[in-house]
Amino acid sequence: MSAPAHRPAKAERTMWTTRVRERAVREMPPEKLLPDRQPSYVSSWIYVFGVVTIAAFAVVVASGVILGLKGPEWWHLTGLGHFVNSMHLWAVEIFFFAMVVHLWGKFFMGAWRGGRSRTWVTGAITFLVAIGAAFTGYVSQQNFDSQWIAFEAKDGLNAVGIGSFFNVANFGQMYTWHVILLPTVVVLLIVGHVLLVRRTGVVPPYAARLAKAPPAATATAAGAATGAEDA
Amino acid sequence: MTGTTPLGAIFDLNVPAHYLSWHFIQISVPNFVVIVLMIVVFVAALLIPFPKREREP
Ligand code: HEM
Repeated sequence: MSAPAHRPAKAERTMWTTRVRERAVREMPPEKLLPDRQPSYVSSWIYVFGVVTIAAFAVVVASGVILGLKGPEWWHLTGLGHFVNSMHLWAVEIFFFAMVVHLWGKFFMGAWRGGRSRTWVTGAITFLVAIGAAFTGYVSQQNFDSQWIAFEAKDGLNAVGIGSFFNVANFGQMYTWHVILLPTVVVLLIVGHVLLVRRTGVVPPYAARLAKAPPAATATAAGAATGAEDA
Repeated sequence: MTGTTPLGAIFDLNVPAHYLSWHFIQISVPNFVVIVLMIVVFVAALLIPFPKREREP
């Protein structure tokens, strides 16, 4: 952004709205938030899997909303209900599939380097929360399968002491976790994860760094570097 | 519903999955297939060239 942001008078700058706005623009200037260029090494299929995960998640949410609005009788007893139910399940399969390929890619790129640890950690937490979301979905099916899963799970959950407030045999509770609480957490984590990627820029490959830095310095330089080299 | 379609005959989901056992490792065939597919897709993503844009700098 070439035009300078509005610089408010001193009195205004004590307002939290001003401070939040200034900080947001400083940390996430529009050209970083919505860039039109990426480094050449990003033109590889392995960089597509984060977005594939988001696309699959969008289908999960859309089909889930339809299932929720129509209800269990519809998704068990009608042809269209079966179809939307299957869309929901298979989108979840693609979501986890793409997430794992994404995770492997980032692992072998060492994509936590250069101040990107929070990107890795938000990703890992999203994975764990998503497993919880999937599990509460399986026990919300309202069929023998969900009863079987719930009764297999309850002993384990009781044994670790969380059965009293996370009760897999309580449909209302599991359904609330599945359709409201955990999806909201996953959405917030994905938003944070992607904003962090935008802020630091895509991590340079190991080889590109080796070419630039003197050989002895490479091991430690990785931790100190920021996204500046991506520009 | 089993066997009402050719695909249904191959992927019969109305029976328990088969399990592979190797020493202490036990894994169902569907889970094993998914892991193999993920590895295949991962390797393909590294090897298949990414299409170039027209107006490349
Ligand atoms: C809901 C699940 C997830 C979504 C939607 C998601 C989405 C994304 C997207 C869109 C990007 C940028 C494009 C790309 O490189 O693919 C990205 C980058 C990244 N992701 Fe994920 N991700 C998820 C899970 C994970 C997991 C499980 C990990 C690892 C534990 C992870 C680690 C990373 C890292 C380290 C980057 C930064 C790459 C860089 O700066 O070069 N993500 N993610």
